[in-house]
Amino acid sequence: NMASDEDSDEDFVTYGTPLEPLEEDEPIRKPVPVHEQTVKDEKGRYKRFHGAFTGGFSAGYFNTVGSQEGWTPSTFVSSRQQKAERQNARPEDFMDEEDFSEHGIAPREIVTTEDFASERKDQLKDKARAVSSLAALIPGDTGLLEELIAPARSSIGVELLRKMGWKDGQGVGPRLKRRQRKQNTDAVKVHGGALLPSGSEESEDEDDEFAPENVTFAPKDVVPVDFTPKVDSHGLGYRGLNPLQALGGGSESAHINLFTLQSDRTSSLFGDRNSGQKRRGGIAGQAFGVGAMENEDADIYHKDSMSNYDTVLGGEEPGDGLYGWTAPQQYTRKKNDSKRDVVYLGRILDGFTLASQVTEIKTVYPPPDLPRDYRPVHYFRPVVDLSTVSPIVAQALQASRGHLSQDAPQQGRHSLDSSQRRDMLGETPLQGPSSVFELLGSKDRERLNEIRSVAKEQNKSSTAPQPDSLTSPAKTQASSETQMALNAWSGPTADASKTFKPFQKNPQKQARYDLYINKLKKGDKEALESSLDSSMTEWERGRERDEFVRAAVLYKPSNSSLSSRFTRSKNEDDTDSVEVTRDQENDVDDKQAAVKMKMFGKLTRDTFEWHPEKLLCKRFNVPDPYPGSSTVGMPKIKRDKYSVFNFLTITDSSHVSREGPKVNKKSRWDKTGKVSEPKDPLSAFLSETRSEVSVAKQIEAGAKNQTDSSHTEPKTDEEEKEEDEEEVRPPMDLFKAIFASSSDEKSSSSSEEDSEEEEVAPSTSEPIQISAETLNPPVSAQITPAPDISKVPGII
Amino acid sequence: MAFPQPRPQVPQLPQHLLRTIECQQGAVRAVRFNADGNYVLTCGSDKSLKLWSVSRGTLLKTYTGHGYEVLDVDSSYDNSQLCSCSSDKTVILWDVASGQVTRKLRGHAGKVNCVQFNEEATVMLSGSIDGTVRCWDTRSRRYEPIQILDEARDGISSLKVSEHELLIGSVDGRVRLYDLRMGQLHVDFIGSPITCVCFSRDGQCTLSSSLDSTVRLLDKSSGEMLGEYSGHVNKGYKLDCCLSDKDTHVLSCSEDGHVYFWDLVEGSLTLKLPVGKAVVQSLSFHPTEPRLLTAMEGHVQVWGAEPEDAAVEDG
Repeated sequence: NMASDEDSDEDFVTYGTPLEPLEEDEPIRKPVPVHEQTVKDEKGRYKRFHGAFTGGFSAGYFNTVGSQEGWTPSTFVSSRQQKAERQNARPEDFMDEEDFSEHGIAPREIVTTEDFASERKDQLKDKARAVSSLAALIPGDTGLLEELIAPARSSIGVELLRKMGWKDGQGVGPRLKRRQRKQNTDAVKVHGGALLPSGSEESEDEDDEFAPENVTFAPKDVVPVDFTPKVDSHGLGYRGLNPLQALGGGSESAHINLFTLQSDRTSSLFGDRNSGQKRRGGIAGQAFGVGAMENEDADIYHKDSMSNYDTVLGGEEPGDGLYGWTAPQQYTRKKNDSKRDVVYLGRILDGFTLASQVTEIKTVYPPPDLPRDYRPVHYFRPVVDLSTVSPIVAQALQASRGHLSQDAPQQGRHSLDSSQRRDMLGETPLQGPSSVFELLGSKDRERLNEIRSVAKEQNKSSTAPQPDSLTSPAKTQASSETQMALNAWSGPTADASKTFKPFQKNPQKQARYDLYINKLKKGDKEALESSLDSSMTEWERGRERDEFVRAAVLYKPSNSSLSSRFTRSKNEDDTDSVEVTRDQENDVDDKQAAVKMKMFGKLTRDTFEWHPEKLLCKRFNVPDPYPGSSTVGMPKIKRDKYSVFNFLTITDSSHVSREGPKVNKKSRWDKTGKVSEPKDPLSAFLSETRSEVSVAKQIEAGAKNQTDSSHTEPKTDEEEKEEDEEEVRPPMDLFKAIFASSSDEKSSSSSEEDSEEEEVAPSTSEPIQISAETLNPPVSAQITPAPDISKVPGII
Repeated sequence: MAFPQPRPQVPQLPQHLLRTIECQQGAVRAVRFNADGNYVLTCGSDKSLKLWSVSRGTLLKTYTGHGYEVLDVDSSYDNSQLCSCSSDKTVILWDVASGQVTRKLRGHAGKVNCVQFNEEATVMLSGSIDGTVRCWDTRSRRYEPIQILDEARDGISSLKVSEHELLIGSVDGRVRLYDLRMGQLHVDFIGSPITCVCFSRDGQCTLSSSLDSTVRLLDKSSGEMLGEYSGHVNKGYKLDCCLSDKDTHVLSCSEDGHVYFWDLVEGSLTLKLPVGKAVVQSLSFHPTEPRLLTAMEGHVQVWGAEPEDAAVEDG
């Protein structure tokens, strides 16, 4: 074996050039840089690349088009000695070489010659012949003459087969003995036995009897299955009318079946019949009677019989001799499936199969009967608001319509209380005990009552009487509020109709609240408890009680003259919250103390979450620290406008405002501030905190002002000042502090520090600056203590 | 800890006057070295910005375009661009070679005190008296800032940019350190209005001077105070402070006409360099060499470690 292997090595034939053997130590080849990557044409000349849009590779000589002349057309030259050759331009002359290549537009491919071609007809050639026949001697003839003259030609394949002993009509393959052949046919029968023509087998059986043992037979020829593609636009299975049949003699004997698929069979059938009959010329039929030339008149009174017509679409099943062709499974199986036949009696077209599952028939229910007086038009009732219409009109409306349009309760079911839900459902109120107290034993109840009465006695002395159900200690605090509400409302102020309705969405609750307010006005001390719904649970009542009291305090009546000037906005927008940075700085007080003690570090440092803009991170080449978040800067939260903190700042600012404005007006850069307040760290700290507070106040004031001031820009300094003056006039020493310094400076220019406030003078101190400027040299000079250079250039 | 190791040899301090440049542009609001320290930029109160050569003291270019006095300037790392800010509320990006205005950015509500490029000159940051720091994109044509940092409650007096951090000093007495990488904002309470902030060269400390005539060295990560330097006068002016080229000394301008040098570690006053009679407005330390620029009134002085004979004459 080994030896033979070695031998076989030598026997190998090698094609092509072998790759260079790889050397282990060889360094990895570097990729050729771009400037060394060159392209050469067929003749080995360098081609220059000009870029795709400027012509690609250079062509021809000096970037012309392949000829010396380039784009310039060759002129016609002809002389006596040298005649111009007549040039027959072919399309190929104008085509590039690439076009002839494999992927070009006119590839030059290898085509089998006619000798080797199969017998399949060339469609293009047929068509060409048909076209040419129109212009031929005998019109309509498709190569009749040609066929007469054409040499008998058979393809190479047929020739070869013949040389191998094949004869026409035989099948291809080795010769078989009788038995083998029979087995083969049996095998076929198993698969497509039903399709076999029954006659053929019998005849073979007959042959069987006197077949000698040693004789071999050629295999049976195979009828090729013609899978003709569908090219016409007829329906499936439709063949169109054959004029020969329709107009020829076939009409009387056979019905023209347009749906025959077994074209071969039927046509052969027709052929048989036609051959048996005498063919008639011309048009024949019952409508035309019998012509003089016709010798047969039997059929004049033609009687059409139903047997001439197909009662079943498609007629009998084909026994087509598709020998050797295994039909698709469903095609063969279809026969045995009796159920299918029951469901569908018609013939199944080729390519279609019966559905395996019967589609369910949808039951269609008839629409309900409409009531007799139903009119298919909807009438929209005009919406009438009770409050806007005069009571008489409202009553009239109520009488006529039966009811007024009411605001449908739009809250969710959770916002309704149990009684409301009960009313909506139409249930009767429960008869059982409404309070836990009723479940208690009589002794316990008495004891509780005693305790309660004692508590009542105690409360009566100090504050308003406690409602008897107020048992929790927290309620004692609430009592002060109820008192406040009582005080606020008991005065002879605005009437209830003009007061704010906080529970407008819940009419029942609003009604109870109104009752409560009305009682408050009368000075009823038991107003709250008596106006509540006794059927509600204790907890619900407790909650409502709190709500009412709070609402009464919050929406206490203002001066009627004032309140009449304001109207409540129709739609409540979400203005009850303000955006506040989430993280707040720690107490400045502590920090100030820490700074004083020089304890920098934890005490003086606040660390906040801060979101840089994505682009900023990109520009800084830093990954986004919060990839998912969309916030920028400090995270903000919405805070209730009426939060405790807001109130705190307001009250703070009110006490600061007495002396606040001066802090407000100046910055810590200002010298003037220091004049009024000597270097006292405590006062410095105070001013610091105050200024912060006043900043908050300013913001609020600004927000207020934005509504009436047309421009949304931050207020100018003068405006601010005016406003402050309106509010509270700052004490005299403030003005002194401000103006005294500037006047000092006026007199003694030596005190440079006062006048020479550089930059950071805050906007609020603008008036001061202006006043200084009018008296002193311009700002540029102020900053440099030296004589103003820009003004007096001659000095230097 | 972030204390740099003291060097064995005594660091040389720029105490010899090499040159005096008369800028002829009114009061010099700020003087700055460029990125490599070969050139000087001066901001004048006559709306002009001037570029000088340090070695020869000659004027190379004047940049005009601001509508009011120029307050601060910074040069890009590649010396191709300048950014400057002015009292006219604008920030201008200049092309150095042509002297043309590349971009003029408006948006601040008040005068702009300080301006700084980031490391790659892709962003300009400007701090204004309106209390905001605006980050301007130099790459895009947008005229809106990328982001506005409005956390400060008073005007911004000074800002510095490191690789990924923004150090911002405000008149509200706080030094804010924005860490872009961590997405955090550290606020250090100093108490007194900040006049100048800067990073140490090793990036571990921050230096801040405030109107209580004190310069404080804080640890950047924790906010603890590492050193406190006082003795100079800084009560009303926005005066600069800085660290020397090797982080050995802390320098500050003073209103008494001196520049104060403190030893960084010991905190002791090393040198009190007399500059003139007036206030030393601005100073700038050379990035690598012991060389110092001071601005007083209308002139700029260049200080070096060794005296240079020829230098004195061309003043």
